[in-house]
Amino acid sequence: MRHKSRSVLPGFGVSLGITCTYLSLMVLLPLATVFTRSAELSWPEFWSTVTSPRVVASFRVTFGASLAAALVNSVFGFLVAWVLVRYRFAGRRVLDAMVDLPFALPTAVAGIALTTLYAANGWVGKYLQPLGIKVSYTWLGITVALIFIGLPFVVRTVQPVLDDLELEVEEAAASLGARRWQTFTRVVLPSVAPALLTGFALAFARAIGEYGSVVFIAGNMPMRTEIVPLLIITKLEQYDYAGATAVAVVMLVASFSLLLTINLLQRAARRRVEA
Amino acid sequence: MATIAITRPAGAAPPAIRRATGESPAVRRVLTGLALAFLGLTLVLPLVLVLHEALAKGFAAYLAAIREPDALSAARLTLLIAGVAVPVNLVFGVAAAWCIAKFEFRGKSLLITLIDLPFAVSPVISGMIFVLLFGAHGWFGAWLADHDVRIVFAVPGMVLATTFVTSPLIARELIPLMQEQGSDQEEAAIVLGARGWQTFWRVTLPNIKWGLLYGLILCNARAMGEFGAVSVVSGHIRGETNTLPLHVEILYNEYSFAASFAVASLLTLLALVTLALKTAVEWQQRRQALEGAETSVPTERIAA
Repeated sequence: MRHKSRSVLPGFGVSLGITCTYLSLMVLLPLATVFTRSAELSWPEFWSTVTSPRVVASFRVTFGASLAAALVNSVFGFLVAWVLVRYRFAGRRVLDAMVDLPFALPTAVAGIALTTLYAANGWVGKYLQPLGIKVSYTWLGITVALIFIGLPFVVRTVQPVLDDLELEVEEAAASLGARRWQTFTRVVLPSVAPALLTGFALAFARAIGEYGSVVFIAGNMPMRTEIVPLLIITKLEQYDYAGATAVAVVMLVASFSLLLTINLLQRAARRRVEA
Repeated sequence: MATIAITRPAGAAPPAIRRATGESPAVRRVLTGLALAFLGLTLVLPLVLVLHEALAKGFAAYLAAIREPDALSAARLTLLIAGVAVPVNLVFGVAAAWCIAKFEFRGKSLLITLIDLPFAVSPVISGMIFVLLFGAHGWFGAWLADHDVRIVFAVPGMVLATTFVTSPLIARELIPLMQEQGSDQEEAAIVLGARGWQTFWRVTLPNIKWGLLYGLILCNARAMGEFGAVSVVSGHIRGETNTLPLHVEILYNEYSFAASFAVASLLTLLALVTLALKTAVEWQQRRQALEGAETSVPTERIAA
């Protein structure tokens, strides 16, 4: 840690001024309106809005599918990171670059592509149809879209940690008589666990707010496949601003708590590395 | 650790070690196969499908769909929005990274968290906040109506929402990079008599150019592809307040699938170019890091 009471570099006042002014006007003031607007509702009104059956159902859909998608991504994201870091095969670099596709591809494009793919007559859907599995326009479809969106978060959080793992530690475990599986569960997994947990939280946080990729594949049936962001839009379109802000407040509180958790997780992980 | 291997009988040690720190060929093959199948299903297949569907009605129909006046005006609006949002966020990103990376002050970690805040906000809510501010029933709604200024359900609102959503991207790219590089070189330049801007242009900028370029590319891709936030504040008027992603949605909902995928293929191309540039920038960064041995390798960053 550097301790510097005074720097010779110029521009501190200007750059901090620009940063704080911009953040206040562009980010904090607009976000604050959500909370001031929802304060116009009395507590019972607020409570009855966010506990109405349709809102609760949409919370269940959003949080349930996000949780399922983040769990799938934790398993497969770890596998992908492992294979990319440890093994050498043709096309590895291309696949490595491809992992960021969900960051770069507009969500609407992902949405229509996945919907077409998993529709009953789609490339993947037609093989699932005879098995009685419907994906597009169901809860499963929402999860599929959220898996797509969340994958890079897990891979890109776990990958650098796997890269930095020292092989000597695994050799030591092996030379002390550990089997490969034991080495993996007792040596590798504990070192990667904080990163994996962070990746899970990032994927989950992204999933609960996701709109574009989900709205096409979801079917958007109230009570069954309606996600929270869509419900907010519906309420806005009906000029139910109070209702929309009430639901948004719940979402923002959930998102900000997740952000806080992720920051704490990352700080803890950094401390482990530095120790 | 290497001494352990040496103390073992010479013939037996290497295979035992190899088995210990790696998996058997069969396990490797199964794991690689599983990972490839998963990536193929989730990433490659949707890409291939977009291109396939875009050309489903032939190349002439494809060209017609992307040359149609509504598509062209959507493309123009998309460029306009990115043309405002990206430079604004560039100024903000550089200013934020400069004060955070080069100076010590109280409340710094709070400031970093606040910069990240838009990442944690659902795109729908990012659009909604501007409706609450500038809509007919919003804080400034009455004043705006009196002065006949339209912000929400018009282009200014779409610019604002996009700027909000993409605001952390360049700052997030630059802060870790500049923190790692420290400020010794800049301090030396100042002590030797360089002025503030000279120091920035001649010393800082060459050091951060690749990170900055990647931040710009990513910010641009996100600005052009933003859907949820823009959808809330757009008037959804064809030829007026439609961006390319919104045009894709309209065509898709009208069952003009081939045309919808044709426009989507343009956005897909943008994404692929972004990924290619990102990979190139990462190679450059690695090379730069290897060349300047005293500057440490930039850590992998998460582009969220």
